[in-house]
Amino acid sequence: MSASAPEKTMGYVEIPEVLDLHHTYDTATDKINDVILKKKTPVPIAVAMGICFLLVGLLFTTITKLVSTGIGIWGNNQPVAWAFDIINFVWWIGIGHAGTLISAILFLFRQEWRTSINRFAEAMTIFAVMCAGMYPVLHVGRPWLAYWLFPYVNVMQMWPQFRSPLMWDVFAVSTYFTISLLFWYTGLIPDLASLRDRAKTRVSRFITGVLSMGWRGSARHWQRYDIIYLLLAGLSTPLVVSVHSIVSLDFAVAQLPGWHTSIFPPYFVAGAIYSGFAMVLTLAIPVRSYFGFKDFITQRHLDAMSKVMLATGLIVMYGYAMEAFIALVYSGNPNEAFMMKNRMFGPYAWSYWMLITCNGVIPQLLWFKRVRLHTPTLWVITVVINIGMWLERFVIIVTSLHRDFLPSSWGMYAPTKWDIFMFIGTIGFFGFMMCLFLRFIPMFAGFELRELLHKKKSPPH
Amino acid sequence: MNETPNTTPSEPELTLAEARAQLAKARGRNYWRSLEQLASSGRFHAMMEREMPKQAIAVSEWDPIDRRDFIRLMGASLALAGLTACTKQHEEKIVPYVTAPEEIIPGKPLFYATAFSHGGYGYGVLAESHMGRPTKVEGNPDHPASLGAADAFVQASILQLYDPDRSQAHLKLGRSATWNEFARDIEAALSPLSNGAGFHILSETVTSPTLAAQIRAILEKYPQARWHRYSPVNQDNALEGAKLAFGSPVSVRYAFDKAAVVLSLDADFLSHGPGHMRYARDFMARHTPELGKKMSRLYSVESSPNLTGAQADHKLSVRASQVEHIARALARGLGLNVALGDTTGHDEWISAVLRDLKRSRGEAIVIAGDNQPAIVHALAHAMNDALDNHGKTVELIEAVEADPVNHSASIKELSTAMAAGSVKVLLMLGANPVYNAPADCNFTDALAKVPLAIHHGLYFDETAKVSHWHLAATHYLEEWGDVRAFDGTATIVQPLIEPLYGGRSAYEVLSTVLGRSSRKGLEIVQEYWKEASNAGDAFDSQWRHWLRDGVIPSTAGGVQKAVAKSGFGSGAPAPLSSEFEFIFQPDYGVWDGNYANNGWLQEMPRPLTQVVWDNVLLLSPQTAAARGIKSGDVVKLAVGSREVEAPAYVQPGHPDNAATVYLGGGRTAAGRTGDGTGFNAYAVRTSEQPWIAFGTLSSTTSSVDVVTTQEHHSLDGRHLYRIATLEDFIKDPKWVQAYDEFGQDPTSIYPGFDYSKGNQWGMVINLNACIGCNACVVACQAENNIPVVGKDQVRRGREMHWIRVDRYFGGDPANPSTALQPVTCMHCENAPCESVCPVAATTHSADGINQMVYNRCVGTRYCSNNCPYKVRRFNFYKFADHTTPSLKLQRNPDVTVRSRGVMEKCTYCIQRISVARIAAKKQGRLVNVKQDGLQTACQQACPTRAIVFGDINNPEDDIAKLRASPLSYGMLIELNTRPRTTYMARIRNPNPELEGSSSAPQQGEPV
Repeated sequence: MSASAPEKTMGYVEIPEVLDLHHTYDTATDKINDVILKKKTPVPIAVAMGICFLLVGLLFTTITKLVSTGIGIWGNNQPVAWAFDIINFVWWIGIGHAGTLISAILFLFRQEWRTSINRFAEAMTIFAVMCAGMYPVLHVGRPWLAYWLFPYVNVMQMWPQFRSPLMWDVFAVSTYFTISLLFWYTGLIPDLASLRDRAKTRVSRFITGVLSMGWRGSARHWQRYDIIYLLLAGLSTPLVVSVHSIVSLDFAVAQLPGWHTSIFPPYFVAGAIYSGFAMVLTLAIPVRSYFGFKDFITQRHLDAMSKVMLATGLIVMYGYAMEAFIALVYSGNPNEAFMMKNRMFGPYAWSYWMLITCNGVIPQLLWFKRVRLHTPTLWVITVVINIGMWLERFVIIVTSLHRDFLPSSWGMYAPTKWDIFMFIGTIGFFGFMMCLFLRFIPMFAGFELRELLHKKKSPPH
Repeated sequence: MNETPNTTPSEPELTLAEARAQLAKARGRNYWRSLEQLASSGRFHAMMEREMPKQAIAVSEWDPIDRRDFIRLMGASLALAGLTACTKQHEEKIVPYVTAPEEIIPGKPLFYATAFSHGGYGYGVLAESHMGRPTKVEGNPDHPASLGAADAFVQASILQLYDPDRSQAHLKLGRSATWNEFARDIEAALSPLSNGAGFHILSETVTSPTLAAQIRAILEKYPQARWHRYSPVNQDNALEGAKLAFGSPVSVRYAFDKAAVVLSLDADFLSHGPGHMRYARDFMARHTPELGKKMSRLYSVESSPNLTGAQADHKLSVRASQVEHIARALARGLGLNVALGDTTGHDEWISAVLRDLKRSRGEAIVIAGDNQPAIVHALAHAMNDALDNHGKTVELIEAVEADPVNHSASIKELSTAMAAGSVKVLLMLGANPVYNAPADCNFTDALAKVPLAIHHGLYFDETAKVSHWHLAATHYLEEWGDVRAFDGTATIVQPLIEPLYGGRSAYEVLSTVLGRSSRKGLEIVQEYWKEASNAGDAFDSQWRHWLRDGVIPSTAGGVQKAVAKSGFGSGAPAPLSSEFEFIFQPDYGVWDGNYANNGWLQEMPRPLTQVVWDNVLLLSPQTAAARGIKSGDVVKLAVGSREVEAPAYVQPGHPDNAATVYLGGGRTAAGRTGDGTGFNAYAVRTSEQPWIAFGTLSSTTSSVDVVTTQEHHSLDGRHLYRIATLEDFIKDPKWVQAYDEFGQDPTSIYPGFDYSKGNQWGMVINLNACIGCNACVVACQAENNIPVVGKDQVRRGREMHWIRVDRYFGGDPANPSTALQPVTCMHCENAPCESVCPVAATTHSADGINQMVYNRCVGTRYCSNNCPYKVRRFNFYKFADHTTPSLKLQRNPDVTVRSRGVMEKCTYCIQRISVARIAAKKQGRLVNVKQDGLQTACQQACPTRAIVFGDINNPEDDIAKLRASPLSYGMLIELNTRPRTTYMARIRNPNPELEGSSSAPQQGEPV
């Protein structure tokens, strides 16, 4: 285990440690658990929850309307048969990626700065995948039959059609959700146990007691815990790559110009990590300052995540450039070339250039350390990236579909109010779940922080 | 209508629910007795009249024996609580066509020959009947006006039969009344008139020999009575033109299959006029590159873009008022003594056409459009005479319309008489003059002065609303009658079903006027034909033959010998006006407004504009730009002191400083479907200028949604539609395939399938023959239970048609070439839709059909995204009407009615294939399309036989030959979809002298 502290001074700005070393085990644990056990629900959280709850109401209203009348309430049409439904699905799935990457890959690479943010990011992953999961189910014409996409033994003697990328999606997303949930829960067990030990009321003692599954912190427990955690990390790692690769195959396998391109899998994965990190930061920056967790999520974290964003952002930009190059020059396919020209100069050109601005131009500010360490600016950039990544899916889906091979079938797409309700409804749902998480579940992996504290304070071996 | 019938105060109103409750208490014998008691009570009658006017009339008309039947029937329907009309087939004998099983076999449809009339002229049809329920109308191959084809109007007529908005009772002053009451009323009204003075009959165009004979009988009985005719879209100009040229109102019959050169003077003969389907067939038979035959050439002078112009080898787009000037120049060029007008800029065109016409003496046709003034018709006759075409490509026959009159003059005469108060009784048969009479007639005001106005029609329409009596008419599938076609051939109209709403036919109305109210349509028609045929005892067997064949032999109009007079064009024509010109045209969908309540026709993309649900005003791009008008902007058109607001639509190829005004919109009492669509152009149409009017056009600040199914006009350089000139084709027969630069790469990661065995279905669409009339679109809708989605859903891009006619423009926007391309599912052998469906709801059959399994579909719509031809249609809502009882009757029982959330698309009419396959399998053989008479609905309806369906594995099949033709190509084959639907490229036959002067596309240049 590497315990050597990294280079601390970089030029003129001091980059802090990954953890405020003034903490002892107790102060760290208390600080995390007090949010749940002692403090009353803070007013801003209550207000946020209230607003999100209203949006959840809107979401359920929309779903009721949707299921009872049909997806005609959305703006989808011929030729744009997929629109907000799949845009939002891919967007949410993408956001989820940061959690898995932080928990699994950074764990395997022993990046110690992940410790302060992994719980938070994993929770975000789970809620984002829940939001994402609503779309494929509800966007189908007959959602009550969506279970036909699962391979199960049935009297119709029908299997799903395994050549369809949507089928692969079912496996990819459900596996992803299951592993992410298990991974998250496993990591929670020791913390739930310490919550249990400090719980003041019978109810919370009971609940945390059941959830911590009899964890006593014995050496045997720790040994098994380490093994299972490592295994789950190992299982999750390919998922980081596979899930969004498979989601990208929904497009790449189709023969539509603008979809039919082999660069999609890596480009989608990079985009997913990009948007995931942006979303983690969008949420972590206010949480950290409000709950006073600047000593756990330090500037160092923000800096590291900004760099990941910058790197993935450059990959994504490279993807855009290659996409244009292949379509316009390399492929020699007039349909492809038309598609790219239409993206750039057609009726939806605004979305393409906004995408380039949001995802390509503005994030270049992250080259500057001053920007990375200036929290408000950084926060704005993360929001811009989230918008940019949403636009990316809009561009890919809508501008490719609306003008394809036969000019006679060309059309335009515009969302209806129900498209927007559904989208902000899922954002509300996500926010509501995040609020519940912040209020009832330790938002930092307490034991891992203590372990980190131990490592930092002890002299290197 | 809402007035409560008189009931005695002691007896409270009986409600339907109460009646049912009373019946529910009774059982067995008691049940029948309580029905009897119930039926005899006055309260019951009042209830019936209130709730079910149709049955109520029946009750009072029946004698005691029928009354028992009534009770028996009502018992069943009341007890079932469903009071919908349960109509059985006629008891009178009608004779099935061709296949005649002794009894109806459930599931096996029967076809009966009858005739649909449109604009008064007959089109022979075969109506398909499932267990006494007509479901579809096809063309009658033996009928001269149809030859088996059926245009959109014919196809949509079946929907009209079941229209729930049809008039359901005879109404006197808005209250339901009985036929006997009408008989008494008309008798009482006519008897005080001396010799019938003050009795006027208004009908639309009448070609029916029986109806004409009846009216003549009325005129004999009441010598002072008058018979007026008014159809808003009429042949007045042709009639006057014939009088001008020949001195008598002859009709003309053209033989386009014999014509090498055709010159159309603003005539849309391919889609308008009584013989259009036949003419389209004949014309296209000759306008095709075939070995050993001279391909014909079409010149079209057109004032508003029409389907004939779209097929023209050379098109000249001028204002309607200039057509006469061009006709004069042409006539002079053929040596006729006429005064010249202004043809500046077109002289080269005219002289080239003249040279071509002269080269084709006896093999040419000059045809004038119905909207062109009489002089143009007369000039056309004279030119045909000068070119020695008479008796060869052009035949004069005795007038088909009974006692032809000038409709505009006739309605004017009527309204003048009405305004003067001299009309005492007005009987309007089928006409709707309150809506469509010329504006200068002030018909509505004049009608108020008529003491007894009787309207007979299918709908309680604008005229019915202000008439004293409204008589519910029968639909042609409900009545006995007869009608003559464009060439005079008569057909007996036979009913397939009892009148759904108790209507009476016009024959029965006239018989009642003659004092014989109890006579049925069959008696009336038979009586006429017994006398006319002189067949004596053989009549019965002859009658059965006529019914079976759908034509009465040797009834075609006799050929007339006439020589065109001269001197009618010696006066100088009116100089070209610089005023803004309005050109009135019937709408391709709702025609004169008559079909406004027909959802299929409303939603049919109008040829060339692709506009649905509204009639519009067309402007050229230049005129629109100069006036700052965009498509959808509301403009105000003023003719004299009259004005109306209309949505504008910019149409390439329209002449400048002119607008085409489509008739047929702005109905206020058409029904739930038709009300509020479009604008009423009749408000500015006068009897003096019914076709071409001058006025002003001004813009307004408002705009509306003009909805089209196609937003993009250009092919964008893609080789989807291929066209070349005949000359280039002969030079390089392989030019078509030269476009397939990327070839077809058969590499696939999935194993292939052996399609070399059995029947392998395919379709060839001949772009050379397609005229873009949309008959296939409506035929498909009728055959496959395709729902109507409404204007708003079409605006959202959710129309459901399984076949569409794509339209592209090329060349100069002022005079563009037009490409029309029907697109169905291509049934790709490597179907991109199939591999992406996660639930295997779309799969491939062994005979090569891309199938859609509705009950497996969950609706991911991925298939649609991956379909390069975008032929898949999704049920975004529950589009199919599952509730209206009458519409359920129309449905094809062999085709699933799709519900919400599933994808659908063209199936190659798999239900028809299945019927043929089952029959063939029983005999242990493969299907042979010719032997088994297997046709898809679109193929069957197509007037020009542009769609050919068949077995691509059978070398004897037409389709195999077509696919081997050098003109055959597949759309987007570079995607390796291996489409089963392929195309035949179009060949133009331009005049080398003119090529280049028009905007015709060059070889290799897609339009």
